[in-house]
Amino acid sequence: MEKNNYQLKIKNDFSILIGGGAGQGSRKAGNIIAKLFSELGYRIFIYNDYQSLIKGGHNFSNIRVCSKPVLSHTKKINFLLALNKETIDKHQRDLTQDGIIIYNNEEIKIKNKKALGIAVNSIIKQVDGIPMMNNIALVAGLSKIIGIKWNLLKKVLKLEFKKEQNLNLKVAKLSYKKNKKIFEIKKLNQKKNPLITGNEAVALGAVKAGLKFYFAYPMTPATGILHYLSQNEKKFKIGVVQLENEIAVVNAAIGAAYTGARTMVGTSGGGFALMTEGLSLAAQSENPLVIVESQRMSPATGVPTYNAQGDLSFVSAAGHGDIVRFVIAPGDAEEALFWSGKILNLSWKFQTPSILLIDKEISESVFSVDKNILNKVHYEKPLLWNKKEEYKRYKITKNGISPLAFPGEKGVISKSNSYEHDEFGITVEDEKKVKEMQDKRLRKFKEMEKEVNKLEAIKIYGNKKSKKAIITWGSVKGPAKEAAEKLNIKMIQIIIIQPFPEKKVKKALENVENLIVIEENALGQLGKILNCHSIEFNHKILKYNSRPLLPCEIERKIKKIK
Amino acid sequence: MKNLETYCKKTWCPGCGNFGILTALEQAVASLMNNGINKENLVIVSGIGCHAKIVDYLNLNTFYSLHGRPIASAEGIKLGNPNLNVIVCAGDGDAYDEGISHLIHSAKRNINITVLIHNNRTFALTTGQFTSTSPYGFKGKSTPNGSIEKPLNPLKLMLASNAMFIARGYSAETEHLKNLIIKAVNYQGFSFIDILQPCMSFTPEAYQFYNKRVYKLKNKNLTSKEYALKKIEEWEYDKDTPKIPIGIFYKRNQNSYGKILLKNLEK
Repeated sequence: MEKNNYQLKIKNDFSILIGGGAGQGSRKAGNIIAKLFSELGYRIFIYNDYQSLIKGGHNFSNIRVCSKPVLSHTKKINFLLALNKETIDKHQRDLTQDGIIIYNNEEIKIKNKKALGIAVNSIIKQVDGIPMMNNIALVAGLSKIIGIKWNLLKKVLKLEFKKEQNLNLKVAKLSYKKNKKIFEIKKLNQKKNPLITGNEAVALGAVKAGLKFYFAYPMTPATGILHYLSQNEKKFKIGVVQLENEIAVVNAAIGAAYTGARTMVGTSGGGFALMTEGLSLAAQSENPLVIVESQRMSPATGVPTYNAQGDLSFVSAAGHGDIVRFVIAPGDAEEALFWSGKILNLSWKFQTPSILLIDKEISESVFSVDKNILNKVHYEKPLLWNKKEEYKRYKITKNGISPLAFPGEKGVISKSNSYEHDEFGITVEDEKKVKEMQDKRLRKFKEMEKEVNKLEAIKIYGNKKSKKAIITWGSVKGPAKEAAEKLNIKMIQIIIIQPFPEKKVKKALENVENLIVIEENALGQLGKILNCHSIEFNHKILKYNSRPLLPCEIERKIKKIK
Repeated sequence: MKNLETYCKKTWCPGCGNFGILTALEQAVASLMNNGINKENLVIVSGIGCHAKIVDYLNLNTFYSLHGRPIASAEGIKLGNPNLNVIVCAGDGDAYDEGISHLIHSAKRNINITVLIHNNRTFALTTGQFTSTSPYGFKGKSTPNGSIEKPLNPLKLMLASNAMFIARGYSAETEHLKNLIIKAVNYQGFSFIDILQPCMSFTPEAYQFYNKRVYKLKNKNLTSKEYALKKIEEWEYDKDTPKIPIGIFYKRNQNSYGKILLKNLEK
């Protein structure tokens, strides 16, 4: 063990970064660290940074630990846990004054007085462990240094490791013993919140609202939904089906919905592009369809494991023909859970395609969420056939919504049609009937607009009286909210983007004189939507280097705006 | 058959092979209904093309899908409600061109649906271009000098894709086709029937061509892949052939996809 005269002055908001090559277990270690602090009542946000490869490269998790809820990571880090030398080279400049590097001093040779080496190889050898367990040696070292009790570490490790549990515990115990405590972490007097990724939140919300089938073709960063749901297929009593491509996925989902089964599909921009003919089919045939589109840096293959908000214009206009669809963009895991359930209900209420628009930052980051959010999601019954009159799938009604009935029900002939059709569902081409059916759908679109007015389509944070305001959407909510609160200005988050909540946004902007649009795309796509609704803004802050905006970045840029 | 038809006016060309397929399908459905399948549990799914008008003419649950996608729609329908008997009517353009991946994968998956291909070997509704099964040298509007592609043998493709029920019918042999459809629907798994269907507008010579060559298979060894392949290769969908066999080429039993999926969920 090296000299041990470190001074730690961490407060109730600090960050730990653990990094290494792909396959070295940095993400797993990051999750364990997060759970340790979560057990002590802290709120967590983990930013996971990884590349499009399986072994090697440089992966890291930045774990922010705070007494209050946090929705983004920070640049400054207090602890740097290095599984390889590259992690130190890349991140040591971000250490705070009293920050500490914890590393394997038998693999990495560095001269840095902030560094605290652990003889990881010897520890693993001594207990007959395997080299993969170096991440656990570092986690145990950190736990000791920061004053986490052995029993808590043991409890968390036991839950994390079903295989090789004893060996991992032995490695941890020895590393824990060999390090010295230099800080006493406080246990907070608040209940602990579960840790979930945005992808898991999306899955949980949909299941609560009655999901029966999830269809998908793997695509980063939405793949986590497919994995989580397949692992829990039996528990949730749903079918999880991987098909040959996104075209099959979207069409199978629409087919299942036609039989009354609630379905959802998930993908990213490229997969969504393939789904657009299906989106148009769902609109025309009035079958409910929820597409989760988790954005990554585009165009084309883009930067597959990094973030962007570049698909807003695309999802808003996708599909041939006159279509109004719900586009809902939650800003964090709690909102993703709530709106995932809500959008499923909305799709069934209005028999329409909908898009839940998230991004890599929401999908793959880990959040502390308030469990009560699940209680706000319910199965909402759609409009069903009254079983009295002859069933007509596309019955002309005042509000444009035709009651649902499904094949297999006695007395029902349900004809779903991609062609323009009459009330019964038979193809028509004559001008009167064509217009009549389009008018029915237009009335339905009006009802969708009315529905948006009843929902929490926008949220306002910060100083509500400030004349300076930020307007943003999606995952930028996290850093923007933090910056706005610090600068004591107003922040508006638009959650439902289509149908656009024009009245609500205009009301929120009544006293605003200086409006700044913030987005993670190069063309200012929300800005364009605002302009379409005759909302003018004064400045825009756009980031498009595929990395998420940080609170300090937004703060700095806004300070420059007079 | 009256209660199986709708008020929709039939707009197929006079003499179109689709009439024969409609008749065979209606008779098969009537027979299935007499043998315990409830009308409400039948769903007919179609693609887009001349064939697809069939769903407008049938007073049954129907799903008029997109061009190339009826098999994908049908898979969702079957998974959504496993009690439904799902019959896909697709064109050769649908299943062998635009949506060929869905055909291959649904066969591989062995999902319990029946796929009927109205194979007129041309894109008829778009006024006569070549498809995957048009013969070499096919003169259509997009190939005025003759197609320079050799046709695909869809039965061979199905055998390679591990389809377990592979058959061919002929629209002019309605009684034979009706029986094939009944067997296919009763089969527990993915069943496939390629139906030769002359097009009066773009391949009117097809009636003569088929009438001269078509003969009924008397295959007693339905589980032999070798025998099936031999029979399948008697005609490669090109011009020259002395004989075209129709009937069931291959039939084996295996647990269907839906059955396995449901079983897994119950565990």
